[in-house]
Amino acid sequence: MGGSSGSSPCASCKLLRRRCSKDCIFAPYFPPNDPHKFAIVHKVFGASNLSKMLQELPVNQRGDAVSSLVYEANARVRDPVYGCVGTISYLQNQVSELQLQLAAAQAEVLSMQMRQQKPHLVEQDMETSFHMAGDNFNSISHYIAVASNLSASVIQDPLKIESFST
Amino acid sequence: MSSFGRCAACKYLRRKCPQDCILAPYFPSSNPQRFACVHKIFGASNVTKMLQQVPEHLRAEAAECISYEAIARVQDPVYGCVGIITQLQQQIVQIHSEIMKTKGEMVAHHSAHPQHHTSPQQQGDPSQFISIHQQEQNNFQSDKHLSGNF
Repeated sequence: MGGSSGSSPCASCKLLRRRCSKDCIFAPYFPPNDPHKFAIVHKVFGASNLSKMLQELPVNQRGDAVSSLVYEANARVRDPVYGCVGTISYLQNQVSELQLQLAAAQAEVLSMQMRQQKPHLVEQDMETSFHMAGDNFNSISHYIAVASNLSASVIQDPLKIESFST
Repeated sequence: MSSFGRCAACKYLRRKCPQDCILAPYFPSSNPQRFACVHKIFGASNVTKMLQQVPEHLRAEAAECISYEAIARVQDPVYGCVGIITQLQQQIVQIHSEIMKTKGEMVAHHSAHPQHHTSPQQQGDPSQFISIHQQEQNNFQSDKHLSGNF
């Protein structure tokens, strides 16, 4: 992929009002027919930072990098306080809620199986199954509490993000 | 701030830290790495503009989120925060699938052993599972909508 065809500068060179060279690093990712895409990335990250980021990446990864940067830039313009982090928080809450639902459903299945296997010992096994379901629920709840604390600490201390994201 | 030393931003930029430095409250000198990441990804000028555009009582949150995004991007130069969003979406799909599978087992068990209903909850109409499933599908669709077109 080279620079512009020579007939039309890429969106970045148009915005920056400079000559679009054949090896323009932006040209493959910011075609002239979509000026908004570069404008928003430039607004949030800056052309210079963007250029350095792309130069540090292998060519085959630059397309994805540009796409994710455009996404983040759009998120930040839409929500100048939280940006993408707002979406992350929302999804984390979704995960927590679904994990609770899963724990509850699994506990219910467990108690049904216990009742089905030993119907004559319903009363004793109901108590056992509730304890086991409670243990499952508590362990899932503990996991969620740990995950919530970890994600909360990530928001408060971004330097912990590595352990969160792996 | 300047009477107690420069903030991390002004130290990094090798400039005097004025009394009204907008970055000083959010980039203390005790954490130079945080500003280094922010500067690498966004640039000091852009961060200053972003914070100026936000009401003062929200600037701490904004600075926190900007730092979070910058560090995510430094750690994952291709996907940054979007990588985290993708992981969470995949996790949601997986948990949702497990819930559906578990609820399928419940419905199957109800069908196979109708005499084992011993609690009011168990005697619920199986269609409640369908309505819960629909609600979860709606939640998932709204998640995809919020996650954008990436």
